[in-house]
Amino acid sequence: MKRIVSLVVNGQQFEDAVDDNMLLIDYLREIRRLTGVKRGCDGGECGACTVLVDGRARPSCITFASLCDGSAIETIEGQARNGRLSPLQRAFHENLGAQCGFCTPGMIMAAEALLRRTPDPDDDAIRAALGGNLCRCTGYVKIIGSVRAAAAASP
Amino acid sequence: MSNALPDFDLLRPQSVEEAVAALQTSPSARLCAGGTDLIVNMRHGLVELETLVDLGAVVAMKRLEADAAGLHIGAGVTLRDLAESEAVSESYTAIRQAALAVAGPGHRAVATVGGNLCLETRCLYYNQSHWWRKANDFCLKYRGETCHVAPTGNRCRAAFCGDLAPALMVFGAKIEIAGPNGIRRIALPDLYREDGADHLTLAACEIITAIHIAPSKAKSGYAKVRIRGAIDFPLAGVAIACERGSPSARSFRIAVTGTNSCPLLLDGPAPLADGDDPDAYFGALNKLVQKAVSPQRTTTTGAHYRRLAVAALAARLAKELVDG
Repeated sequence: MKRIVSLVVNGQQFEDAVDDNMLLIDYLREIRRLTGVKRGCDGGECGACTVLVDGRARPSCITFASLCDGSAIETIEGQARNGRLSPLQRAFHENLGAQCGFCTPGMIMAAEALLRRTPDPDDDAIRAALGGNLCRCTGYVKIIGSVRAAAAASP
Repeated sequence: MSNALPDFDLLRPQSVEEAVAALQTSPSARLCAGGTDLIVNMRHGLVELETLVDLGAVVAMKRLEADAAGLHIGAGVTLRDLAESEAVSESYTAIRQAALAVAGPGHRAVATVGGNLCLETRCLYYNQSHWWRKANDFCLKYRGETCHVAPTGNRCRAAFCGDLAPALMVFGAKIEIAGPNGIRRIALPDLYREDGADHLTLAACEIITAIHIAPSKAKSGYAKVRIRGAIDFPLAGVAIACERGSPSARSFRIAVTGTNSCPLLLDGPAPLADGDDPDAYFGALNKLVQKAVSPQRTTTTGAHYRRLAVAALAARLAKELVDG
């Protein structure tokens, strides 16, 4: 069955008809064309598809779009404002936090959820917050360093 | 547009009564209590349904309260909220540790207590894609006629891998169940049976609505072994509550998960008495746990390893609770 859902995606209000069985990742990639939301494992195990739902990190591949009715969704496309990178994007860029870059949107969104609640996290808190995100290129030292740098750079 | 999920109608009841009624609308109706495991199984073609009943809007099931009568945990409380609860952190360490040991932060934000208690059992021959299972003639748990883990046996050996159940069991948790015939309460161990294909004793259209735990002064903990440090089900997990008697006497309640088709609340051990040799006592506790569990070849790690691991975890955790 289709139903109308009302969502705020990256600050913009949308009303769309979605199937009951449509996943949030499919809604974002195929209806909203936000392909920065990466399809990795498709089973909630890798975190590449992580987005923020009402400010909290969620794997969009195991989230029904229709159950997000009324929620605010944020993706990597909403990070940069007026052509300026967000503190996390800049920190990942300057600290070599991305190698192939496929996991990076999910990493940044998971880190964004952390920094909003814990602006000055220690390494254990960063590791815990990124526990749901896999990187198959770099290991995690540069990624954790990038989050630490973003925290330090934020006002 | 790509969509690997089957078509279904989604119902969002606002109350427990509406949820029970919604389940009665279709014989294949299924509950969604967070969906972090269910959606993966749906994608693998392991769930046939026409109606999905989402419990996320049932506010009454999200109550988490501690008072003189103990702890009331609504089945719809998320694992994140459970882990962040002050009352849980103060008096029920094992429950907090078990909640935090489940998957990653994104999962815990939506996964619920009721969903984790009713987690589907897992097996190397079951949690696979449709084509993988079809190439293997399916298995006893779904569509097949043989259990590939124990081909000569007549029951499914898939393992229960929920983290919360043992942590709740060591505190003597009781669960409240709503159904077409009203409400009933049972002890948590009675929710389960040792059958991987049918491990829950819930009747048709019944829903776990809440968990009740009496006040406790026990020290407790939960530990698990897993292949990956985050987002992984337990190869074996153990929860222990330790109550203090005389100066050095201690009694233990031990429950395990990941080793059998249901979580087990162990009989014993006898209390650690004043004057007992601790090394001998914890050695005997290790042997007791080894004897109680029956891990099978349901994971990529060997059954014998999991037997040794869960026993070692139990002995180590019990010792830490005494020493700490």
